[in-house]
Amino acid sequence: MAKYIEMIRIRFLMMLAYRTNYYSGILIYSINIGAYYFLWSAIYGDKPSIQGMSVLQMTTYVAVAWMARAFYFNNIDREIAMEIKEGKVATELIRPYSYLGMKTMQGLGEGIFRLLFLSFPGMVIVSLLFPLELTTDISTWGYFAVSIILSFIINSELNLIAGIITFFTLNNEGLLRAKRFVIDLFSGLILPISFYPDWAQEMMKYFPFQGISYIPSMIFTESFQGQQIIDGLMFQLMWSLILLIPIQLLWRAAKKQLVIQGG
Amino acid sequence: MFYVSVFFQYMSQYLKTKLQYRTDLLVEFFSDLMFQAVNLIFILVVFGHTQVLNGWTRDEIIFIYGFFLVPFAVFGAFFNIWDFNERYIVRGEMDRVLTRPVHSLFQIVLERMELESLLGAITGIIIMIYAGSRLDLVFHWYDIFIFILFVLGGTLVYAGIFISLATISFWSDARSSIMPMMYNIGNYGRYPIDIYNRVIRYILTWILPFAFVGVYPSAYFLGKKEWYGYAFLTPIMGLIFFTIAVFLWNAGVKRYRGAGN
Repeated sequence: MAKYIEMIRIRFLMMLAYRTNYYSGILIYSINIGAYYFLWSAIYGDKPSIQGMSVLQMTTYVAVAWMARAFYFNNIDREIAMEIKEGKVATELIRPYSYLGMKTMQGLGEGIFRLLFLSFPGMVIVSLLFPLELTTDISTWGYFAVSIILSFIINSELNLIAGIITFFTLNNEGLLRAKRFVIDLFSGLILPISFYPDWAQEMMKYFPFQGISYIPSMIFTESFQGQQIIDGLMFQLMWSLILLIPIQLLWRAAKKQLVIQGG
Repeated sequence: MFYVSVFFQYMSQYLKTKLQYRTDLLVEFFSDLMFQAVNLIFILVVFGHTQVLNGWTRDEIIFIYGFFLVPFAVFGAFFNIWDFNERYIVRGEMDRVLTRPVHSLFQIVLERMELESLLGAITGIIIMIYAGSRLDLVFHWYDIFIFILFVLGGTLVYAGIFISLATISFWSDARSSIMPMMYNIGNYGRYPIDIYNRVIRYILTWILPFAFVGVYPSAYFLGKKEWYGYAFLTPIMGLIFFTIAVFLWNAGVKRYRGAGN
Protein backbone atom coordinates (compact mmCIF):
# COMPACT_ATOMS: atom_id res chain seq x y z
CA MET A 1 0.00 0.00 0.00
CA ALA A 2 2.79 2.38 1.00
CA LYS A 3 4.36 2.11 -2.43
CA TYR A 4 1.14 3.17 -4.11
CA ILE A 5 0.88 6.23 -1.89
CA GLU A 6 4.46 6.99 -2.82
CA MET A 7 3.45 6.85 -6.51
CA ILE A 8 0.72 9.40 -5.90
CA ARG A 9 3.22 11.61 -4.09
CA ILE A 10 5.86 11.38 -6.81
CA ARG A 11 3.42 12.21 -9.58
CA PHE A 12 2.09 15.10 -7.50
CA LEU A 13 5.60 16.50 -7.01
CA MET A 14 6.36 16.02 -10.69
CA MET A 15 3.33 18.09 -11.60
CA LEU A 16 4.25 20.67 -8.98
CA ALA A 17 7.54 21.28 -10.76
CA TYR A 18 5.65 22.45 -13.83
CA ARG A 19 2.89 24.30 -12.04
CA THR A 20 3.10 27.45 -14.17
CA ASN A 21 1.53 25.43 -17.00
CA TYR A 22 -1.56 25.19 -14.87
CA TYR A 23 -2.14 28.88 -14.42
CA SER A 24 -2.91 29.09 -18.12
CA GLY A 25 -5.09 26.01 -17.63
CA ILE A 26 -7.28 28.10 -15.35
CA LEU A 27 -7.61 30.68 -18.10
CA ILE A 28 -8.47 28.07 -20.73
CA TYR A 29 -11.14 26.54 -18.52
CA SER A 30 -12.53 30.00 -17.74
CA ILE A 31 -12.69 30.82 -21.45
CA ASN A 32 -14.61 27.63 -22.14
CA ILE A 33 -16.96 28.18 -19.24
CA GLY A 34 -17.47 31.75 -20.45
CA ALA A 35 -18.42 30.61 -23.95
CA TYR A 36 -21.02 28.23 -22.57
CA TYR A 37 -22.24 30.83 -20.10
CA PHE A 38 -23.17 33.26 -22.88
CA LEU A 39 -24.53 30.51 -25.04
CA TRP A 40 -26.77 29.15 -22.32
CA SER A 41 -27.96 32.62 -21.32
CA ALA A 42 -29.04 33.14 -24.93
CA ILE A 43 -30.63 29.70 -25.11
CA TYR A 44 -32.68 30.39 -22.00
CA GLY A 45 -33.67 33.84 -23.23
CA ASP A 46 -36.52 34.63 -20.87
CA LYS A 47 -37.53 31.07 -20.13
CA PRO A 48 -37.40 30.58 -16.36
CA SER A 49 -36.34 26.95 -16.65
CA ILE A 50 -35.60 24.17 -19.13
CA GLN A 51 -35.89 20.54 -18.08
CA GLY A 52 -36.26 21.68 -14.48
CA MET A 53 -33.02 23.67 -14.42
CA SER A 54 -32.84 27.43 -14.08
CA VAL A 55 -30.25 29.43 -16.00
CA LEU A 56 -28.33 29.96 -12.77
CA GLN A 57 -28.22 26.22 -12.14
CA MET A 58 -27.14 25.69 -15.72
CA THR A 59 -24.21 28.11 -15.44
CA THR A 60 -23.17 26.48 -12.20
CA TYR A 61 -23.51 23.10 -13.87
CA VAL A 62 -21.16 24.12 -16.68
CA ALA A 63 -18.61 25.61 -14.29
CA VAL A 64 -18.55 22.69 -11.91
CA ALA A 65 -18.52 20.14 -14.75
CA TRP A 66 -15.34 21.70 -16.15
CA MET A 67 -13.67 22.08 -12.80
CA ALA A 68 -14.49 18.49 -11.85
CA ARG A 69 -13.06 17.40 -15.17
CA ALA A 70 -9.69 18.74 -14.05
CA PHE A 71 -9.81 16.17 -11.27
CA TYR A 72 -11.06 13.03 -13.00
CA PHE A 73 -9.34 13.62 -16.33
CA ASN A 74 -6.10 11.78 -17.05
CA ASN A 75 -4.14 10.43 -19.94
CA ILE A 76 -3.33 6.99 -18.64
CA ASP A 77 -4.82 5.39 -21.76
CA ARG A 78 -2.35 7.28 -23.92
CA GLU A 79 0.49 6.59 -21.48
CA ILE A 80 -0.17 2.86 -21.63
CA ALA A 81 -0.40 2.95 -25.43
CA MET A 82 2.89 4.85 -25.53
CA GLU A 83 4.66 2.44 -23.18
CA ILE A 84 3.52 -0.48 -25.29
CA LYS A 85 4.72 1.15 -28.48
CA GLU A 86 8.10 1.98 -26.98
CA GLY A 87 8.46 -1.44 -25.37
CA LYS A 88 8.82 0.08 -21.88
CA VAL A 89 5.94 -2.01 -20.64
CA ALA A 90 8.29 -5.04 -20.46
CA THR A 91 10.32 -3.55 -17.60
CA GLU A 92 7.15 -2.32 -15.92
CA LEU A 93 5.72 -5.83 -15.89
CA ILE A 94 8.65 -7.38 -14.01
CA ARG A 95 8.49 -4.78 -11.25
CA PRO A 96 6.93 -5.79 -7.94
CA TYR A 97 3.66 -3.92 -8.27
CA SER A 98 0.53 -4.10 -10.30
CA TYR A 99 1.05 -2.19 -13.53
CA LEU A 100 -2.58 -1.09 -13.76
CA GLY A 101 -2.60 -0.12 -10.10
CA MET A 102 0.46 2.02 -10.64
CA LYS A 103 -1.10 3.78 -13.63
CA THR A 104 -4.24 4.51 -11.65
CA MET A 105 -2.22 5.91 -8.76
CA GLN A 106 -0.28 8.17 -11.11
CA GLY A 107 -3.58 9.39 -12.50
CA LEU A 108 -4.77 10.06 -8.98
CA GLY A 109 -1.63 12.03 -8.16
CA GLU A 110 -2.26 14.14 -11.22
CA GLY A 111 -5.92 14.56 -10.32
CA ILE A 112 -5.21 15.71 -6.78
CA PHE A 113 -2.67 18.17 -8.08
CA ARG A 114 -5.11 19.67 -10.55
CA LEU A 115 -7.85 19.74 -7.95
CA LEU A 116 -5.67 21.91 -5.69
CA PHE A 117 -3.97 24.08 -8.30
CA LEU A 118 -6.56 24.31 -11.05
CA SER A 119 -10.05 23.54 -9.78
CA PHE A 120 -10.01 25.46 -6.50
CA PRO A 121 -8.45 28.71 -7.72
CA GLY A 122 -10.35 28.31 -11.00
CA MET A 123 -13.67 28.00 -9.22
CA VAL A 124 -12.94 31.15 -7.21
CA ILE A 125 -12.08 33.13 -10.35
CA VAL A 126 -15.04 31.81 -12.31
CA SER A 127 -17.46 32.59 -9.49
CA LEU A 128 -16.21 36.19 -9.51
CA LEU A 129 -16.71 36.48 -13.27
CA PHE A 130 -20.06 34.78 -13.70
CA PRO A 131 -23.11 34.49 -11.48
CA LEU A 132 -22.93 31.03 -9.92
CA GLU A 133 -24.97 29.40 -7.24
CA LEU A 134 -22.62 27.66 -4.82
CA THR A 135 -24.54 25.74 -2.25
CA THR A 136 -23.85 26.22 1.45
CA ASP A 137 -25.38 22.89 2.32
CA ILE A 138 -22.62 20.72 3.79
CA SER A 139 -24.32 17.46 2.86
CA THR A 140 -24.44 18.45 -0.83
CA TRP A 141 -20.68 19.05 -0.76
CA GLY A 142 -20.26 15.67 0.92
CA TYR A 143 -22.30 13.84 -1.73
CA PHE A 144 -20.44 15.75 -4.42
CA ALA A 145 -17.07 14.69 -2.98
CA VAL A 146 -18.10 11.03 -3.00
CA SER A 147 -19.47 11.43 -6.48
CA ILE A 148 -16.32 12.89 -8.06
CA ILE A 149 -14.20 10.17 -6.49
CA LEU A 150 -16.46 7.65 -8.23
CA SER A 151 -16.17 9.73 -11.44
CA PHE A 152 -12.44 9.41 -11.21
CA ILE A 153 -12.72 5.64 -10.75
CA ILE A 154 -15.10 5.15 -13.69
CA ASN A 155 -13.10 7.40 -16.00
CA SER A 156 -9.81 5.73 -15.06
CA GLU A 157 -11.31 2.29 -15.57
CA LEU A 158 -12.48 3.24 -19.04
CA ASN A 159 -9.01 4.61 -19.75
CA LEU A 160 -7.43 1.38 -18.55
CA ILE A 161 -9.68 -0.65 -20.83
CA ALA A 162 -8.82 1.55 -23.81
CA GLY A 163 -5.14 1.33 -22.88
CA ILE A 164 -5.13 -2.47 -22.51
CA ILE A 165 -6.75 -2.87 -25.91
CA THR A 166 -3.52 -1.44 -27.33
CA PHE A 167 -1.89 -4.72 -26.32
CA PHE A 168 -3.98 -6.39 -29.02
CA THR A 169 -4.10 -3.72 -31.71
CA LEU A 170 -0.66 -2.15 -31.10
CA ASN A 171 -1.80 1.11 -32.63
CA ASN A 172 -5.18 2.21 -31.45
CA GLU A 173 -5.17 5.93 -31.99
CA GLY A 174 -8.60 5.52 -33.56
CA LEU A 175 -10.11 3.85 -30.53
CA LEU A 176 -8.66 6.45 -28.17
CA ARG A 177 -10.15 9.27 -30.22
CA ALA A 178 -13.51 7.52 -30.48
CA LYS A 179 -13.51 7.09 -26.71
CA ARG A 180 -12.87 10.78 -26.26
CA PHE A 181 -15.76 11.60 -28.56
CA VAL A 182 -18.17 9.34 -26.69
CA ILE A 183 -17.08 10.72 -23.33
CA ASP A 184 -17.32 14.36 -24.48
CA LEU A 185 -20.83 13.79 -25.67
CA PHE A 186 -22.35 11.31 -23.25
CA SER A 187 -20.62 12.09 -19.97
CA GLY A 188 -22.69 15.24 -19.59
CA LEU A 189 -19.76 17.66 -19.83
CA ILE A 190 -21.13 19.79 -22.64
CA LEU A 191 -24.82 18.99 -22.20
CA PRO A 192 -26.78 17.63 -19.25
CA ILE A 193 -28.13 14.19 -20.10
CA SER A 194 -31.66 15.38 -19.25
CA PHE A 195 -31.55 17.63 -22.34
CA TYR A 196 -31.23 14.73 -24.76
CA PRO A 197 -34.32 13.30 -26.44
CA ASP A 198 -36.03 10.56 -24.44
CA TRP A 199 -34.83 7.65 -26.57
CA ALA A 200 -31.22 8.78 -26.16
CA GLN A 201 -31.64 9.16 -22.40
CA GLU A 202 -33.15 5.71 -22.20
CA MET A 203 -30.19 4.27 -24.12
CA MET A 204 -27.61 6.02 -21.97
CA LYS A 205 -28.95 4.35 -18.86
CA TYR A 206 -27.18 1.23 -20.03
CA PHE A 207 -23.77 2.88 -20.30
CA PRO A 208 -21.42 4.14 -17.60
CA PHE A 209 -20.71 7.52 -19.21
CA GLN A 210 -23.12 9.70 -17.28
CA GLY A 211 -21.38 8.59 -14.11
CA ILE A 212 -18.38 10.66 -15.16
CA SER A 213 -19.72 14.18 -15.31
CA TYR A 214 -23.50 14.36 -15.29
CA ILE A 215 -24.18 12.84 -11.87
CA PRO A 216 -21.65 14.86 -9.82
CA SER A 217 -22.65 18.09 -11.55
CA MET A 218 -26.35 17.47 -10.99
CA ILE A 219 -25.65 16.77 -7.33
CA PHE A 220 -23.61 19.94 -6.97
CA THR A 221 -26.25 22.17 -8.55
CA GLU A 222 -28.91 20.53 -6.36
CA SER A 223 -30.85 19.54 -9.46
CA PHE A 224 -30.87 16.07 -7.94
CA GLN A 225 -32.80 15.84 -4.71
CA GLY A 226 -33.21 13.11 -2.09
CA GLN A 227 -33.63 9.72 -3.67
CA GLN A 228 -32.17 10.90 -6.98
CA ILE A 229 -28.81 11.56 -5.28
CA ILE A 230 -28.75 8.07 -3.80
CA ASP A 231 -29.75 6.55 -7.15
CA GLY A 232 -27.02 8.51 -8.91
CA LEU A 233 -24.35 7.44 -6.45
CA MET A 234 -25.53 3.83 -6.67
CA PHE A 235 -25.35 4.02 -10.47
CA GLN A 236 -21.75 5.22 -10.21
CA LEU A 237 -20.81 2.62 -7.60
CA MET A 238 -22.36 -0.16 -9.63
CA TRP A 239 -20.46 0.79 -12.77
CA SER A 240 -17.16 1.24 -10.98
CA LEU A 241 -17.52 -2.37 -9.81
CA ILE A 242 -18.84 -3.79 -13.12
CA LEU A 243 -15.97 -2.28 -15.10
CA LEU A 244 -13.45 -4.22 -13.03
CA ILE A 245 -14.56 -7.43 -14.76
CA PRO A 246 -13.58 -6.52 -18.35
CA ILE A 247 -10.34 -5.01 -17.03
CA GLN A 248 -9.38 -8.30 -15.34
CA LEU A 249 -10.35 -10.40 -18.36
CA LEU A 250 -8.59 -8.16 -20.85
CA TRP A 251 -5.52 -7.85 -18.69
CA ARG A 252 -5.13 -11.62 -18.38
CA ALA A 253 -5.51 -12.09 -22.10
CA ALA A 254 -3.18 -9.16 -22.79
CA LYS A 255 -0.29 -10.56 -20.76
CA LYS A 256 -0.47 -13.82 -22.72
CA GLN A 257 -0.63 -11.99 -25.98
CA LEU A 258 2.09 -9.44 -25.26
CA VAL A 259 4.74 -8.93 -27.90
CA ILE A 260 7.49 -6.47 -27.12
CA GLN A 261 8.49 -4.55 -30.20
CA GLY A 262 11.96 -3.48 -29.20
CA GLY A 263 12.71 -1.66 -25.95
CA MET B 1 6.34 30.75 -60.25
CA PHE B 2 9.09 28.95 -58.38
CA TYR B 3 6.96 29.09 -55.24
CA VAL B 4 4.03 27.48 -57.01
CA SER B 5 6.09 24.60 -58.34
CA VAL B 6 7.74 24.00 -54.95
CA PHE B 7 4.30 24.04 -53.40
CA PHE B 8 2.97 21.36 -55.70
CA GLN B 9 6.07 19.24 -55.31
CA TYR B 10 5.73 19.28 -51.55
CA MET B 11 2.05 18.51 -51.96
CA SER B 12 2.61 15.43 -54.11
CA GLN B 13 5.35 14.25 -51.76
CA TYR B 14 2.97 14.67 -48.88
CA LEU B 15 0.23 12.68 -50.58
CA LYS B 16 2.66 9.86 -51.30
CA THR B 17 3.72 9.54 -47.68
CA LYS B 18 0.15 9.73 -46.42
CA LEU B 19 -1.20 7.16 -48.84
CA GLN B 20 1.44 4.76 -47.59
CA TYR B 21 -0.46 4.47 -44.29
CA ARG B 22 -4.04 4.30 -45.41
CA THR B 23 -5.59 3.01 -42.20
CA ASP B 24 -4.07 5.87 -40.23
CA LEU B 25 -5.53 8.26 -42.75
CA LEU B 26 -8.97 6.71 -42.42
CA VAL B 27 -8.78 6.91 -38.64
CA GLU B 28 -7.91 10.58 -38.91
CA PHE B 29 -10.83 11.22 -41.24
CA PHE B 30 -13.20 9.53 -38.86
CA SER B 31 -12.00 11.29 -35.76
CA ASP B 32 -12.25 14.64 -37.52
CA LEU B 33 -15.81 13.83 -38.48
CA MET B 34 -16.63 12.84 -34.92
CA PHE B 35 -15.13 16.04 -33.61
CA GLN B 36 -17.32 18.05 -35.95
CA ALA B 37 -20.34 15.95 -35.03
CA VAL B 38 -20.03 16.79 -31.33
CA ASN B 39 -20.67 20.45 -32.00
CA LEU B 40 -23.48 19.71 -34.41
CA ILE B 41 -25.19 17.39 -31.95
CA PHE B 42 -24.87 20.09 -29.30
CA ILE B 43 -26.73 22.54 -31.53
CA LEU B 44 -29.39 19.99 -32.48
CA VAL B 45 -30.07 18.94 -28.90
CA VAL B 46 -30.21 22.50 -27.62
CA PHE B 47 -32.72 23.49 -30.26
CA GLY B 48 -34.94 20.67 -29.09
CA HIS B 49 -35.71 23.04 -26.20
CA THR B 50 -35.81 26.46 -27.76
CA GLN B 51 -36.95 27.95 -31.06
CA VAL B 52 -34.71 30.96 -31.45
CA LEU B 53 -31.42 32.08 -29.99
CA ASN B 54 -31.41 35.88 -29.83
CA GLY B 55 -33.38 36.03 -33.06
CA TRP B 56 -31.32 33.38 -34.86
CA THR B 57 -33.06 30.17 -35.81
CA ARG B 58 -31.71 26.65 -35.52
CA ASP B 59 -30.86 26.36 -39.19
CA GLU B 60 -29.09 29.71 -39.21
CA ILE B 61 -26.87 28.61 -36.34
CA ILE B 62 -26.15 25.34 -38.15
CA PHE B 63 -25.31 27.32 -41.28
CA ILE B 64 -22.84 29.49 -39.35
CA TYR B 65 -21.21 26.37 -37.95
CA GLY B 66 -20.96 24.89 -41.44
CA PHE B 67 -19.37 28.04 -42.79
CA PHE B 68 -16.94 28.22 -39.88
CA LEU B 69 -15.68 24.72 -40.68
CA VAL B 70 -14.52 25.74 -44.18
CA PRO B 71 -11.94 28.48 -43.36
CA PHE B 72 -11.00 26.54 -40.23
CA ALA B 73 -10.22 23.48 -42.39
CA VAL B 74 -8.12 25.50 -44.83
CA PHE B 75 -6.28 27.06 -41.90
CA GLY B 76 -5.72 23.63 -40.35
CA ALA B 77 -4.38 22.25 -43.62
CA PHE B 78 -1.73 24.90 -44.19
CA PHE B 79 -0.95 26.73 -40.98
CA ASN B 80 0.06 24.13 -38.44
CA ILE B 81 2.09 26.60 -36.55
CA TRP B 82 0.81 26.00 -33.03
CA ASP B 83 3.89 24.01 -32.02
CA PHE B 84 6.35 26.34 -33.77
CA ASN B 85 8.19 27.07 -30.54
CA GLU B 86 8.98 23.46 -29.60
CA ARG B 87 9.46 22.24 -33.14
CA TYR B 88 11.56 24.98 -34.65
CA ILE B 89 13.02 27.26 -31.99
CA VAL B 90 13.83 24.89 -29.14
CA ARG B 91 15.22 22.18 -31.42
CA GLY B 92 17.10 24.67 -33.54
CA GLU B 93 15.28 23.55 -36.69
CA MET B 94 14.80 27.18 -37.61
CA ASP B 95 18.47 27.32 -38.69
CA ARG B 96 17.76 24.76 -41.38
CA VAL B 97 14.61 26.54 -42.52
CA LEU B 98 16.55 29.77 -42.99
CA THR B 99 18.97 28.11 -45.40
CA ARG B 100 16.15 27.18 -47.78
CA PRO B 101 15.61 29.21 -50.94
CA VAL B 102 12.01 30.19 -50.15
CA HIS B 103 10.68 32.59 -47.52
CA SER B 104 11.03 30.99 -44.06
CA LEU B 105 7.32 31.23 -43.30
CA PHE B 106 6.43 29.62 -46.62
CA GLN B 107 8.93 26.85 -45.97
CA ILE B 108 7.23 26.07 -42.65
CA VAL B 109 3.83 26.08 -44.29
CA LEU B 110 5.16 23.52 -46.78
CA GLU B 111 6.72 21.31 -44.16
CA ARG B 112 3.76 21.31 -41.82
CA MET B 113 1.04 20.80 -44.42
CA GLU B 114 -1.81 18.55 -43.30
CA LEU B 115 -4.00 18.19 -46.33
CA GLU B 116 -6.38 15.71 -44.72
CA SER B 117 -7.84 18.60 -42.70
CA LEU B 118 -9.41 19.82 -45.93
CA LEU B 119 -12.02 17.11 -45.51
CA GLY B 120 -13.49 19.36 -42.83
CA ALA B 121 -14.29 21.87 -45.57
CA ILE B 122 -16.40 19.28 -47.37
CA THR B 123 -18.26 18.49 -44.15
CA GLY B 124 -18.76 22.22 -43.70
CA ILE B 125 -20.17 22.66 -47.19
CA ILE B 126 -22.53 19.70 -46.73
CA ILE B 127 -23.76 21.21 -43.47
CA MET B 128 -24.25 24.58 -45.21
CA ILE B 129 -26.20 22.98 -48.05
CA TYR B 130 -28.38 21.12 -45.57
CA ALA B 131 -29.12 24.23 -43.51
CA GLY B 132 -29.34 26.45 -46.58
CA SER B 133 -31.93 24.26 -48.28
CA ARG B 134 -34.13 24.32 -45.18
CA LEU B 135 -33.84 28.10 -45.05
CA ASP B 136 -34.74 28.59 -48.72
CA LEU B 137 -31.74 30.82 -49.26
CA VAL B 138 -31.43 32.44 -52.66
CA PHE B 139 -28.07 31.97 -54.33
CA HIS B 140 -26.75 34.19 -57.10
CA TRP B 141 -24.07 33.16 -59.52
CA TYR B 142 -21.61 35.62 -57.97
CA ASP B 143 -22.14 34.22 -54.46
CA ILE B 144 -19.68 31.46 -55.18
CA PHE B 145 -16.93 34.04 -55.66
CA ILE B 146 -17.97 35.92 -52.55
CA PHE B 147 -17.90 32.61 -50.70
CA ILE B 148 -14.34 31.93 -51.82
CA LEU B 149 -13.34 35.48 -50.92
CA PHE B 150 -14.86 35.20 -47.44
CA VAL B 151 -13.30 31.79 -46.84
CA LEU B 152 -9.90 33.22 -47.77
CA GLY B 153 -10.55 36.19 -45.50
CA GLY B 154 -11.47 33.94 -42.60
CA THR B 155 -8.45 31.72 -43.18
CA LEU B 156 -6.15 34.75 -43.21
CA VAL B 157 -7.67 36.04 -39.97
CA TYR B 158 -6.92 32.72 -38.30
CA ALA B 159 -3.48 32.48 -39.90
CA GLY B 160 -2.67 36.07 -38.96
CA ILE B 161 -3.52 35.56 -35.31
CA PHE B 162 -1.66 32.29 -34.97
CA ILE B 163 1.43 33.40 -36.88
CA SER B 164 1.61 36.57 -34.78
CA LEU B 165 1.47 34.45 -31.64
CA ALA B 166 4.12 32.10 -33.00
CA THR B 167 6.49 35.01 -33.52
CA ILE B 168 6.53 35.55 -29.76
CA SER B 169 8.98 32.62 -29.71
CA PHE B 170 11.56 34.77 -31.48
CA TRP B 171 11.65 37.08 -28.50
CA SER B 172 11.08 34.61 -25.71
CA ASP B 173 11.58 30.88 -25.97
CA ALA B 174 9.72 30.08 -22.78
CA ARG B 175 6.99 27.50 -23.27
CA SER B 176 3.58 29.05 -23.24
CA SER B 177 0.09 27.68 -23.50
CA ILE B 178 -1.23 30.66 -25.36
CA MET B 179 -1.91 28.60 -28.49
CA PRO B 180 -4.42 26.13 -27.04
CA MET B 181 -6.05 29.09 -25.32
CA MET B 182 -6.46 30.79 -28.67
CA TYR B 183 -8.08 27.70 -30.18
CA ASN B 184 -10.65 27.86 -27.40
CA ILE B 185 -11.28 31.56 -27.96
CA GLY B 186 -11.72 30.79 -31.65
CA ASN B 187 -14.81 28.76 -30.78
CA TYR B 188 -16.58 31.95 -29.75
CA GLY B 189 -16.77 32.93 -33.42
CA ARG B 190 -19.03 29.99 -34.19
CA TYR B 191 -22.06 31.53 -32.54
CA PRO B 192 -23.99 34.74 -33.21
CA ILE B 193 -21.94 37.64 -31.96
CA ASP B 194 -24.89 39.39 -30.34
CA ILE B 195 -25.23 36.80 -27.57
CA TYR B 196 -22.02 38.08 -25.97
CA ASN B 197 -21.62 41.21 -23.90
CA ARG B 198 -20.15 44.39 -25.39
CA VAL B 199 -16.55 43.90 -24.33
CA ILE B 200 -16.33 40.38 -25.76
CA ARG B 201 -18.10 41.51 -28.93
CA TYR B 202 -15.55 44.27 -29.38
CA ILE B 203 -12.64 41.89 -28.80
CA LEU B 204 -14.03 39.35 -31.26
CA THR B 205 -14.47 42.02 -33.89
CA TRP B 206 -11.35 44.14 -33.67
CA ILE B 207 -8.69 42.57 -31.47
CA LEU B 208 -8.98 38.81 -31.97
CA PRO B 209 -11.39 39.00 -34.90
CA PHE B 210 -12.68 35.43 -34.78
CA ALA B 211 -16.15 36.68 -35.56
CA PHE B 212 -14.92 37.20 -39.13
CA VAL B 213 -14.43 33.47 -39.46
CA GLY B 214 -17.99 32.49 -38.65
CA VAL B 215 -20.83 34.85 -37.90
CA TYR B 216 -20.05 37.93 -39.98
CA PRO B 217 -19.43 36.29 -43.36
CA SER B 218 -22.32 33.86 -42.81
CA ALA B 219 -24.63 36.79 -42.16
CA TYR B 220 -24.21 37.78 -45.80
CA PHE B 221 -25.38 34.42 -47.09
CA LEU B 222 -28.20 34.36 -44.57
CA GLY B 223 -29.40 37.69 -45.94
CA LYS B 224 -29.04 39.52 -42.62
CA LYS B 225 -28.73 43.01 -44.05
CA GLU B 226 -27.79 44.68 -40.77
CA TRP B 227 -24.49 42.75 -40.74
CA TYR B 228 -23.52 43.28 -44.39
CA GLY B 229 -21.00 45.97 -43.51
CA TYR B 230 -19.12 43.58 -41.26
CA ALA B 231 -19.49 40.72 -43.72
CA PHE B 232 -17.73 42.63 -46.47
CA LEU B 233 -14.95 43.62 -44.08
CA THR B 234 -13.98 39.93 -43.85
CA PRO B 235 -11.38 39.85 -46.64
CA ILE B 236 -10.00 43.24 -45.56
CA MET B 237 -9.60 42.13 -41.94
CA GLY B 238 -7.94 38.97 -43.21
CA LEU B 239 -5.45 40.94 -45.27
CA ILE B 240 -4.70 43.38 -42.46
CA PHE B 241 -4.11 40.70 -39.87
CA PHE B 242 -2.06 38.55 -42.20
CA THR B 243 0.10 41.51 -43.23
CA ILE B 244 0.75 42.39 -39.59
CA ALA B 245 1.69 38.76 -38.96
CA VAL B 246 4.16 38.63 -41.87
CA PHE B 247 5.65 41.92 -40.75
CA LEU B 248 6.11 40.60 -37.19
CA TRP B 249 7.54 37.39 -38.59
CA ASN B 250 10.17 39.20 -40.64
CA ALA B 251 11.10 41.33 -37.67
CA GLY B 252 11.37 38.18 -35.56
CA VAL B 253 13.54 36.34 -38.07
CA LYS B 254 15.95 39.28 -38.05
CA ARG B 255 16.29 38.90 -34.31
CA TYR B 256 16.65 35.12 -34.42
CA ARG B 257 20.02 33.92 -33.14
CA GLY B 258 19.58 30.16 -33.17
CA ALA B 259 19.27 27.82 -30.23
CA GLY B 260 23.02 27.15 -30.28
CA ASN B 261 24.62 23.94 -29.12
